Amino acid sequence: MNKDSQGALWEVFVQKKPGQPYVHCGNLHAFDAEMALQNARDVYTRRNEGTALWVVPSASIVASSPEDIGPFFEPANDKVFRHPTFYKLPKEIKHM
Amino acid sequence: MTKQEALFNYCLRLADTSLILAQRNAEWCGHGPFLEEDLALTNLSLDLIGQANSIYQYAAQVEGKARNEDDLAYHRSEREFLNTLIAEQSNGDYAKTILRQFFCDTFDFYFYAELVKSKDETLSAIAEKSIKEITYHLRHTSSWVERLGDGTEESHTRMQDALNEIWRFTGEMFEMNEVDTILIKEGIAVDLNSIKSKWESKSKEILDRATIKIPANAFMQRGSREAKHTEHLGFILAEMQSLPRALPDAKW
Repeated sequence: MNKDSQGALWEVFVQKKPGQPYVHCGNLHAFDAEMALQNARDVYTRRNEGTALWVVPSASIVASSPEDIGPFFEPANDKVFRHPTFYKLPKEIKHM
Repeated sequence: MTKQEALFNYCLRLADTSLILAQRNAEWCGHGPFLEEDLALTNLSLDLIGQANSIYQYAAQVEGKARNEDDLAYHRSEREFLNTLIAEQSNGDYAKTILRQFFCDTFDFYFYAELVKSKDETLSAIAEKSIKEITYHLRHTSSWVERLGDGTEESHTRMQDALNEIWRFTGEMFEMNEVDTILIKEGIAVDLNSIKSKWESKSKEILDRATIKIPANAFMQRGSREAKHTEHLGFILAEMQSLPRALPDAKW
């Protein structure tokens, strides 16, 4: 950590209401977990954005890399039968 | 002094303290040690301004002279302000700003918890709303006092210097006068003796964890209950009030 460091990076996830998924909303600097949580509250929930927070050290996120686009995701392109488009869905189901 | 005069004075004491402290903290806006903390302190200022606004509105109503909250904030002079001396002290470095806020937060935390029980319904409702904000402020500032005090050699020295400088302004926060006597009898005001030991033990707990020591010299500066201030308040008001005094009808 160099002298000008503002602390490690943390990723912030906000839950809008109980029961809903935590959605990634950005990141911030902090020196430890408590500070990360307080900073997340001050930076990302000032305007009623949510009622619960997760903060995760950015270094703990395991991410796919841009080179993975081909082998990871493209094989899904030509397999239309994997999509539920051949079924009639009831109107009540909005998010399929 | 009538009950009405006492209540007006009491409201000004609370609102002025919140407003002046908010104005001081707001001087950090854009200059905080890093982005996240800059936002945190500005949020805190906005909470304090919100509290001041509600109490000024009530004060204006109690006074009954057709003044509003802006008149009370922007068109009174230094010798009419009743904010505590600690609130008007200069920002100094971040250690001093945080320690000043910590002492005020600790006071407010216990004070507003008692004010909730006030027989005055408006003050009780304002206290109930404020206590949630203050609980967060105290959590934030106490973790910073501990972090800086028990941090590097430099941050420790700065925190100790800050304590040596502002400790003497903490005594008069608990001073009571005729206003308190009248309002305590009515079940409206908080008996400050009842929260003093809580404030002391909470402060001591955090200062111990921060490894900084309360100065041995027990001299306490006083004066704000008679609207006698340190040299800082005049400068704060000059800046804060300049626009509404130059353009009295200015609208957002």
